Amino acid sequence: MKNNVELSKQIKLSCRNVWKVYGDNSDGFFSNNSYSQEDPSILSKKITEQGHIVANANVSFDVHIGEIFVIMGLSGSGKSTIVRCLSRLIEPTVGEILLDEENLLGKSEKELIEIRRHKMGMVFQNFGLLPHLNVIENIAFPLKLQGLKEKERIKKAERVIELVGLNGRESNFPMELSGGQQQRVGIARSLAVEPDVWFLDEPFSALDPLIRKQMQDEFLRIQSLQKKSVVFITHDFQEALRIADRMAIMRDGQIVQIGKPVDLILNPVDNYIKDFTKDVPWESVLKASDIIDKSQKILQTAEQVPFDMPVAKMLPLLSKKSMGVVVVDQAGEKLGMANAKSFVSALAISEN
Amino acid sequence: MKSTIFEKNTLSWIVIILITIVLLFFQDKWDWISKYPKELIVPVSDWINFSMEKFIDKFGWFFLNISWLLSWPIISAQWLLHSVPWVVIIFLVTFTAYLSSGLKLALFTLSASFYMVLIGYWDESMNTLALVIISVPMAIFIGFGLGVWGFFSKRAEKVIMPILDIFQTVPTFAYLLPILLLFGFGTVVGLIASILYSFPPMVRNTILGLKRVPDHIIESAIMSGANSKQLFWQAMLPSCKKQILLGINQSTMAALSMVIIAAIIGGTADIGWEVLYYIRKAEVGQSLVVGLVIALMAIIIDRITSGFALKSDKEKKSLEFFKNFRMNYLSLAIAGSILLFLIARFFVVLDDWPYNLSVWVSGYINDLFETFVKTFRTEIKQLKTYTLFFIMLPTKIGFQEAVSPFTWGFKLEIVHKVFYFASLFILSLWFLKNKKNNIFIFILLLMIFLYFGLTHMPWPSLLLIYSFFAWQVGGYKLALGTFFGLGFIVVVGMWPEAMISVYLCGIAVVFCFIVGTSIGIWAAHNTIVSAIVRPINDTLQTIPLFVILIPFVMLFKIGDFTALLAIIIYAIVPSIRYAEHGIRNLPSEVIDASKMMGSTKTQLLFLVKLPLALPVIMLGLNQTIMYGIAMLVIAALIGTNGLEQIVFIGLTDGNMGKGLIAGLSMAIIAMIVDRITKTISEKRSEALGLAIK
Repeated sequence: MKNNVELSKQIKLSCRNVWKVYGDNSDGFFSNNSYSQEDPSILSKKITEQGHIVANANVSFDVHIGEIFVIMGLSGSGKSTIVRCLSRLIEPTVGEILLDEENLLGKSEKELIEIRRHKMGMVFQNFGLLPHLNVIENIAFPLKLQGLKEKERIKKAERVIELVGLNGRESNFPMELSGGQQQRVGIARSLAVEPDVWFLDEPFSALDPLIRKQMQDEFLRIQSLQKKSVVFITHDFQEALRIADRMAIMRDGQIVQIGKPVDLILNPVDNYIKDFTKDVPWESVLKASDIIDKSQKILQTAEQVPFDMPVAKMLPLLSKKSMGVVVVDQAGEKLGMANAKSFVSALAISEN
Repeated sequence: MKSTIFEKNTLSWIVIILITIVLLFFQDKWDWISKYPKELIVPVSDWINFSMEKFIDKFGWFFLNISWLLSWPIISAQWLLHSVPWVVIIFLVTFTAYLSSGLKLALFTLSASFYMVLIGYWDESMNTLALVIISVPMAIFIGFGLGVWGFFSKRAEKVIMPILDIFQTVPTFAYLLPILLLFGFGTVVGLIASILYSFPPMVRNTILGLKRVPDHIIESAIMSGANSKQLFWQAMLPSCKKQILLGINQSTMAALSMVIIAAIIGGTADIGWEVLYYIRKAEVGQSLVVGLVIALMAIIIDRITSGFALKSDKEKKSLEFFKNFRMNYLSLAIAGSILLFLIARFFVVLDDWPYNLSVWVSGYINDLFETFVKTFRTEIKQLKTYTLFFIMLPTKIGFQEAVSPFTWGFKLEIVHKVFYFASLFILSLWFLKNKKNNIFIFILLLMIFLYFGLTHMPWPSLLLIYSFFAWQVGGYKLALGTFFGLGFIVVVGMWPEAMISVYLCGIAVVFCFIVGTSIGIWAAHNTIVSAIVRPINDTLQTIPLFVILIPFVMLFKIGDFTALLAIIIYAIVPSIRYAEHGIRNLPSEVIDASKMMGSTKTQLLFLVKLPLALPVIMLGLNQTIMYGIAMLVIAALIGTNGLEQIVFIGLTDGNMGKGLIAGLSMAIIAMIVDRITKTISEKRSEALGLAIK
């Protein structure tokens, strides 16, 4: 949980029963409404048997305002397709995409362009930079498309350049930058129009592990300033854990489980999810708020720790203070005590 | 893989071979087997001539008007190029060359264009240039438009692509025929022909470039809020700029070569005409001197345009700086031109090179060649006769007629025949025993081919063999195409000539493929060889075709043998290139892995590199055949007997029907061979899981 304890409950973007089927007669399966009565897995199998490819089957989820929603899945699980359906780069075969409670699928091409120009930003795995434009021109490209004057474009672009830390690189061409820097340009460009919804399609997958970690921190820093509603796609479970407020795991075009990272780890719905979670080091996933000992009274004098501190960082404290520490939320409200015993019992629950 | 004689394909081949033998046996009895009966020939050429006549009667005025209209831009371009002093033009061209690729090319351009002045052919060169200057923008405009259309509409692409195939495979001379009849004599024919010939590469490159724009660039532009116009002009087009510039380069080269070829119909007073004039007068020295102008012009145009294309990749520093840069250069160019223009007012030499200052070197060249020919007379003669007696004649008319006391020194007796058939038959059986069915069939077919000769093979069995081979390679569609395509050639009565074309081109292709691929492999392993071969290849590819003929005509006079050599020298280039490219670009892990398994260099080459590079090498074969056919067409100038000669005669006699049919027949052969070799290459690379770039 990177933001508040209580996430905003207001829904920004919502995906309702979206199907994407490739094939000659993809619409045929959904021509009458009876399909919604059928079990998605069975229907999906039926469609596949008839020589069609099911990329997304009955995908539904909500993205709240200011939240980071991660969609995690292995290659071929349909995660890239669903994010493209959200932005209508790909037309869903059937279903609803609601942005601010308006159905995106009902929008005309013109309205859609307006929405993309002002409400959406997207970062791509392979950066998607235009090779003939330099850094600042690339970042200002969406503004140019809107018809803004050059001076205004540059002014706005410079602000985001500052944000992603690319000062001094303005006149370089994409070819001259490292992968990490190119993706910074991609991030800056997607933020230049100040969108509400921010799509990131495996933004760091093409980068080296060390750079990837840096960029994740960078991303969290930027998000803490910007508070966008984020849909983040990744195939890396660890990355998902680090970043997600809530996450969905996909397989064969369907969502297997949605929830907070901790929920997924503590209550995996099936073995598929368990396979991902079993190697997770608990002490890095569990937060202070997860190991509160409800039976112990709050000691006013004990040392305070923020609710979202990873347990791993608390270990030295817990080993020294036998009475434990007080967990406080953002407002300074005391939530309860955490101690070595409560930590061990939390671990014991997790391992089962 | 199990393969025995009872395998389906092998059995079918054996049946086909038996049919062939039966047909060969009965061909003396039944005439129709060896020669398609005259009575059954469909007079398509007469129909074409007739309908064309009617058409011209009705609509001829329309085309003449267009012709008149189009002649104006040419006249004005010529006027402009003639009235500006040569110093100014050389200055501008050199300057452009400098901008494109730097000092080296600028110096080359300067000396090359001064050469044109020096030998007194400036005006003729400018006439040629004028045609190119007018035709290229039109071709690029048409080509770009069609390319964009073809990219956005699948249906349009389906219509455009075959048309491009036809435009690019129909022999160049055959193009000129209908244009000549419609538009009348004069420069306009050259203009239209060169537009038609040069727009296809632009279409192809435009479509290819647009298709290759990566998805993530398109998606990112859409997500940036681009509407469809912005997406195309601001994101896709700039991203494929290099491919488009390459298209411009190829179009320009095609336009130049067609302008030169179009000179054959005369009335242009351009540089191509001069070369032809001297070839016909057998003044080879002078034709070489003038031919060099064409070659130089081609090289300059090619290097400048491709220089810009390559530059687009890395170009430019900061935007501001670049803008100034361009402005500065433009003003520099204008200032320089005006200055030189004024100077040329006072020094007439700079405007109009005097006749008596022109250098005449043709005499020396003639002498040089003459001495060479005299010194090596016996060697040249031997080379010529040996090739003729031992390679060309057997292929054409078979051992049964080629072997005689006069040629081989002995008569073909029963003993020889029995020995020939028996030994090859046993050899083939040996391969059959070792489960190499394909080689077994190949040797049997070769045995029959070589004994009877290509031109003596009965047409029904050849039709059968080619179609079945096509079926084996690419399924029934390819087989049907082959059958009906070749059937058309039979039915219109062009079969004998077609086989003569195939024989000449075939020998050249086999030679090119074997020797060229070997050179390519060598070059792939040896940087020195590679460095020597590359510029030679570059030059051979840029020089317009009939300039290549000139030195061979000097050495070997006219005839089949000279044509063969010219085809070989031109068509060997792609074989070398693709072999080197294919081997150099193999995945390095595979090579490393094989080395670590302890394979020797020979093993590495034959067991790893060649099989992996085979798809690319096959593409080289494909290109070699296409180049061979292109050169064959031009070789008609020096007296060959195949289809190309009929096209050429059709052009000079104005017999459009016959020329067009012969041209179409050549295109059919080219397309069939193209499809078959490409399919083999694609299947191979698919099986290997490699993508050919």
